[in-house]
Amino acid sequence: MRADPKGVLTGDHYLDGDQACAEGALAAGCRFFAGYPITPSTEIAERFAERIPEAAGVFVQMEDELASMAAVLGAAWGGKKAMTVTSGPGFSLMMENIGLGVMMEVPCVVANVQRGGPSTGLPTLPGQADMMQARWGSHGDYEIIALSPNSPQECFDLVIEAFNLSEQYRVPVMFMMDECVGHLTEKVSIPRPESIEIVDRKWYRGRKENYLPYAVNGDLVPAMVKAGDGYRFHATGLTHDERGYPSTTWQTQEKCVHRLVNKIRQNAENIIKVEKDNVDDADVLVVSYGISSRVAVPAIQQARQQGIRVGHLRLITVWPFPEKMIRELAGRVKAFVMPEINYGQMVFEVERCAAGKAETYLVPHGGGWVHDPKNILQVIEAAAA
Amino acid sequence: MLTEIRFSGFGGQGIIRCGYIVGKACALFDNKYATMAQSFGPEARGSACSSELVVSDERIFYPYMTRPHILVAMSQDAFDKFIGEVRDGALLLIDEDLVKPGNRIIKLKTFAVPATRIAEEMGNKVIANLIMLGFFTAVTELVSLEAMRQAVPGSVPERFLDLNLKGFERGYEFGGGITGKMAKPEKAMESAVSS
Amino acid sequence: MSQLTHPMESILRMNRMPHIWCPGCGIGTAMTALAEALNKTQIPLDKVAVVSGIGCTGRVAGYVKLDSFHTTHGRAIPFATGLKLANPELKVVVFSGDGDLVAIGGNHFIHAARRNMDIAVFCVNNFTYGMTGGQLAPTTPPPATSTTTPYGAYEQPFNLAHLADSAGASYVARWTVLHIRRLTKSMTEALQKKGFSFVEIICPCPTLYGRRNRIGDGLQEMQFYRDNCIIQHGADTRTIDIKFRDKIVIGKFVDRERPTFLDALNSRLLEALGNRYEPYGKVTENADRN
Repeated sequence: MRADPKGVLTGDHYLDGDQACAEGALAAGCRFFAGYPITPSTEIAERFAERIPEAAGVFVQMEDELASMAAVLGAAWGGKKAMTVTSGPGFSLMMENIGLGVMMEVPCVVANVQRGGPSTGLPTLPGQADMMQARWGSHGDYEIIALSPNSPQECFDLVIEAFNLSEQYRVPVMFMMDECVGHLTEKVSIPRPESIEIVDRKWYRGRKENYLPYAVNGDLVPAMVKAGDGYRFHATGLTHDERGYPSTTWQTQEKCVHRLVNKIRQNAENIIKVEKDNVDDADVLVVSYGISSRVAVPAIQQARQQGIRVGHLRLITVWPFPEKMIRELAGRVKAFVMPEINYGQMVFEVERCAAGKAETYLVPHGGGWVHDPKNILQVIEAAAA
Repeated sequence: MLTEIRFSGFGGQGIIRCGYIVGKACALFDNKYATMAQSFGPEARGSACSSELVVSDERIFYPYMTRPHILVAMSQDAFDKFIGEVRDGALLLIDEDLVKPGNRIIKLKTFAVPATRIAEEMGNKVIANLIMLGFFTAVTELVSLEAMRQAVPGSVPERFLDLNLKGFERGYEFGGGITGKMAKPEKAMESAVSS
Repeated sequence: MSQLTHPMESILRMNRMPHIWCPGCGIGTAMTALAEALNKTQIPLDKVAVVSGIGCTGRVAGYVKLDSFHTTHGRAIPFATGLKLANPELKVVVFSGDGDLVAIGGNHFIHAARRNMDIAVFCVNNFTYGMTGGQLAPTTPPPATSTTTPYGAYEQPFNLAHLADSAGASYVARWTVLHIRRLTKSMTEALQKKGFSFVEIICPCPTLYGRRNRIGDGLQEMQFYRDNCIIQHGADTRTIDIKFRDKIVIGKFVDRERPTFLDALNSRLLEALGNRYEPYGKVTENADRN
């Protein structure tokens, strides 16, 4: 499918990451936005509110983030592509209904422009410390998809990808920006609508009386209908069977959770995207995402000038984590170096997959600013020694 | 070639806009890379505010300024706050009525323009930032005049577009852009040393 | 072979019966009133969606043979808000309990009323948390006992009708499950009303409220309603608090016209943007009135 021209602002623009994210959502076909203002994500909502009236959609500022997330789920069942955006405490408040989205299998996108935490933390300054929350933040067992852009251009491109993945796999997709990327202003090239690839959810086309909301064949993703089309279906946050009816047996639970997890795990290789630079000959591999993937580059360049064979693996998809790739690389490189604006989150995934075959070094940062590339260089040097 | 610029002043002067317009001109019309960052605080108006711009012929990875090659200061507070970080030999552009640099700037090439006074003479002090940008375009030669002229529309409120463009041209003339070379830097430096 | 069918079979999921509610509970009666009201309004059932939160009343969504959503605790109203705005041709009904709608979901309740979101909210008020075993609710009248107020309640409860009224609801009524005909009529009106309409449905919970507070079993609580309810249409909602084992004022209290959220949004954007703006959801919003 091609993008609806109504939402696409074709041309070159000078936008910050937040604005580019809103433009990407519109290009992706997002026609419902519910949100609650919170720094540093608010500009996404502002841009959307300004642009949506002429794209035949609706914006609603809700009373809080609990409501925003719930409204997004309702809207998706109403047939719209829907998103909400937040930061810091707002992400915590959304967790309950992100879980409902996972359980009801609702396509939608949640952008988190990460700031320093915990609690109110640093509202106007960056962090990358919600990465595990994106993965595990709602209670219970599930898999999620999360992407991490590193420029305004990618905020545009990847939020379209986020919508496409959410539609394809019927799962809320976490769009893990950070304050830096959200507030950097750079050139953003928006293509013509006909060259933007859009994925729509798999709509059920069979007979009404045969419709089972959670029956699957093959790809583990059930076909969807929307409210008002005469299917008279039921969806619940309770453990449910193929009919969508609650069932409190361990057998139903097993079937339900097994599928929620496996529809992502079995498709991980199709979902995962990374950017590789000098990986093949690397002794030391810097693994990074978001703003840290840009801040690491001067350190990597400097190290290579010093004769250290260092490569760069940038995670564009952070969840599902590229386990297989890290496992394979661990047999070839001496060490992984991971700069993160936190005291260790994704690095533990790297360490887990390295499984002792390569050393893993964290370059931590408490938040509020990016790393000094010199600190990353020092760790690369230590790892290479 | 990578150039780091800080635009600074107080809230409400259109300082962020300055960084935005130059960045947009470079990125969209001069075929360069330009990354702008803005410092945010909880205060909406008043205190020292600034925007940072990195302009390069190559892709920009590290997006932030380290030590500016150019400092534009439109308030004394901003000047005092940011003067310490500039590189030796950096260019300093000031609103000469609002910034008294003192004698610390001997190693800098200083260019002074009464941007706010000119704006008031033209009827609205809100265009002081565009006068500074015209002046900036003339004296730094970082960005082309044509790119700047293209970047202003859409970057200022539509109803003030003409006034802003006039202010920009006025600042450019003041900077000697039309005649070719800047006439005033030495004079500005002398006055700074003596003050 | 004769086949017995339930009169509400077109609206209820008979394959999910029996329901989970206790003998003497009034939620089933309230659900039947909803089914009858829907039949009376003749709104096409394919265009009706029911959203519930969590709790005994929250189970209603699972029993109605309609597009229905059993959401999270307290969030039925914002979920319904998204559903309605995404697909304005739907008639969206929120059916949930007092704890769900005005304790954990209280903020959403007042804001949906303030926005005059075009949804019908039916709140079964049984003065307690039934599903979790009879704890203090935001409606429990002091000094009733609950498992978390073993020595009697002492907090002032919400007067739900007044809360809805003062937050801006277009329609506010209160009935009990004893007043089944009037309740059904009121629900019909609420379903047909444009804007945020609210019906409070007083309902026995013999297992966890009635017996514990010496009101008795379901039948005795219904007798209590018969003896103590006063119908007073148009009553000033400030004056109709429900006190412990005291008179209950019931009736239709508010029925007023206010622009809905979408009406207000459309007229503002039309004024601001002129013919660049195509009113959102306009064509279809009137469909359910026909």
